[in-house]
Amino acid sequence: MTMAMMTYLEAIKKGIEEEMARDERVVIFGEDVGGVKGGVFGVTKGLAEKFGEERCFNTPLTEGQIGGLAVGLGLVGYRPIGEFQFADYILPAVNQLISEASRMRYRTKGDWTAPVVYRAPYGGGVRGGLYHSQSTEKVLFGQPGLRIVTPSSPHDAKGLIKAAIRCDDPVLFYEHKRLYRLLKEDVPEEDYTVPLDKANVVREGEDLTVIAYGMVLNHALKAAETLSEEGIEAEIVDVRSLYPLDKETLVKAAKKTGKVLLVTEDNLEGSIMSEISAVIAEEALFDLDAPIRRLAGPDSPSMPYAIALERAFLVDEDKVRTAMRELAEF
Amino acid sequence: MKKLEASGLTTEEIIQAYRTILLGRRLDERLWQLTRIGKTSFNISGQGHEVGQVAMAMAFQPEKDYFLPYYRDMSACLVWGMTPKDILLGSLGKEDDPSSHGRQMPNHYGSKEHNIVSHSSTVSTQFPLATGVAYGAQLKKADYVTLTATGEGAANQGEVQEAMNFAGVKKLPMVFVIENNGYAISVGVDEQYANEKMSDRGPAYGFPGIQVNGNDFAETYLAFKKAADNARSGKGPTLIELMVTRLTSHSADDDHSIYRTKEDLAGLREKDGLTLFEKQLIEEGYLSQEELKAIDSDLRKEIDQATEAAERMPDPTADSILDQVYAD
Repeated sequence: MTMAMMTYLEAIKKGIEEEMARDERVVIFGEDVGGVKGGVFGVTKGLAEKFGEERCFNTPLTEGQIGGLAVGLGLVGYRPIGEFQFADYILPAVNQLISEASRMRYRTKGDWTAPVVYRAPYGGGVRGGLYHSQSTEKVLFGQPGLRIVTPSSPHDAKGLIKAAIRCDDPVLFYEHKRLYRLLKEDVPEEDYTVPLDKANVVREGEDLTVIAYGMVLNHALKAAETLSEEGIEAEIVDVRSLYPLDKETLVKAAKKTGKVLLVTEDNLEGSIMSEISAVIAEEALFDLDAPIRRLAGPDSPSMPYAIALERAFLVDEDKVRTAMRELAEF
Repeated sequence: MKKLEASGLTTEEIIQAYRTILLGRRLDERLWQLTRIGKTSFNISGQGHEVGQVAMAMAFQPEKDYFLPYYRDMSACLVWGMTPKDILLGSLGKEDDPSSHGRQMPNHYGSKEHNIVSHSSTVSTQFPLATGVAYGAQLKKADYVTLTATGEGAANQGEVQEAMNFAGVKKLPMVFVIENNGYAISVGVDEQYANEKMSDRGPAYGFPGIQVNGNDFAETYLAFKKAADNARSGKGPTLIELMVTRLTSHSADDDHSIYRTKEDLAGLREKDGLTLFEKQLIEEGYLSQEELKAIDSDLRKEIDQATEAAERMPDPTADSILDQVYAD
């Protein structure tokens, strides 16, 4: 297998590019997505030139329209990818995502479908303040009909975006904006996909189980290496499929160590981890040796801008390590 | 009002139009009856919109053009190919209901077979979808036209402005229609919008906006014909404000006598497009009073038969609750 060194961002771009070359029904659009700019982060840079301005184009600054345009294209056989410039800006489009995309198949019993992908950069730690830092996946979590996935490595980024584009369901594809250029690894140059409905055990261990995704998953992986030197071995699971959840993998990992730490950079209350906690409580309670623990951001409405405030919000590697050690020693 | 022959349609086509207009009325009356006797739970009707809708829909080519309707568009859907039985299956919540297989409330028309796209109840969400369907025609270099409809109340939603703006930018092959019956449930137009005409919004987005009298069959047909021809030939979208009358309460759960004036209610019969169209048919020599009656009698029988047939069809079973949440 030929490998190429790629960042998380390059892997997403490569996946999209391969799918656009493979299937001319794939089109991509959003604010600043077309033209020479190719997105505010550069994910779609070069695609308009390569595939033409009809297949990679700018939209007016109208997120509801981006949401509905994608569904309409999906209805007539296209494989549209709508980009929301920031996951925070998905909010004006929630009506289209919930009322249309996630219900089209169900409300016509499969006569009409919405095979669309919505990409959205999420997550904090970039001095983005309240509206460029949020983890809005919980807003759309728990909408049957809609899938939400997020990669936490370059390998998964390429395989997941390709699977999302080929999927007949609407898929919300969350990209952690801090991982865009932070992560770099060897990624297969061949065609491959990563399943949209499977969590991934990324590290095996016997002492505690950490369940996370995105930036904080990467913190947990680093913390696990240092804790290993202390004799603590952590099992680490990347949720990856945020909705619907891969309950089987999550419960199995919880039962394996009997100690579960759920980490999210979102607020503590009402996050995806709240649901995972309920699932584990229902299905693994008698295998647990400690109460389920959640490590998350504080319940302030969003991540503030000033350095001290942003740091106070962020779940960083030290906080993850401390929580892991405490639980292992419980 | 324009003479019917000004439409350029043949006598047969005009008589067929009348049959569909009357079918729309009689079928809607049947839906009200079924609601009142408890066989269906709800009805929301297009009584007073039929002439405008049929004239509108006849300007398109249903075998290839797409329609994204709203809940009062039953008569237009009949032109597009849906049958009275299809409509009844929806109101009765039957498994074979082509709109939603018994999953949506009545009057949420759709049919994959007939290029009629399913719609939600959060009004006007179909507008952005319609732009996607229309952009698909540009990508495929196909010559289908996309028509989407909403009411004058729902036309104030942000998604309507977003969709029309995009359609203007991309010169999409589509036609927008706002069916203006003067009421958003109980709220009159004075509280809904400040511009003189809803159609003024077309030029605001860079394409023509035309207001037409929905009771004037020929005027309506010609306006939509031109709009559809323009769309098909690459000249971009048109917004048409179709002025119609709401003859009934908003829905089966509403009583318009509490918010409409006595004068307004008393004047409704004079504004009924069906009566005006029948008068035109007689005066312009298309049909006699007896022939009108014969058509009515035929349609009533057809609706009775369709009702019986639809009622005999199976309901969805409880074990199908999770079918088609996701692709397999």
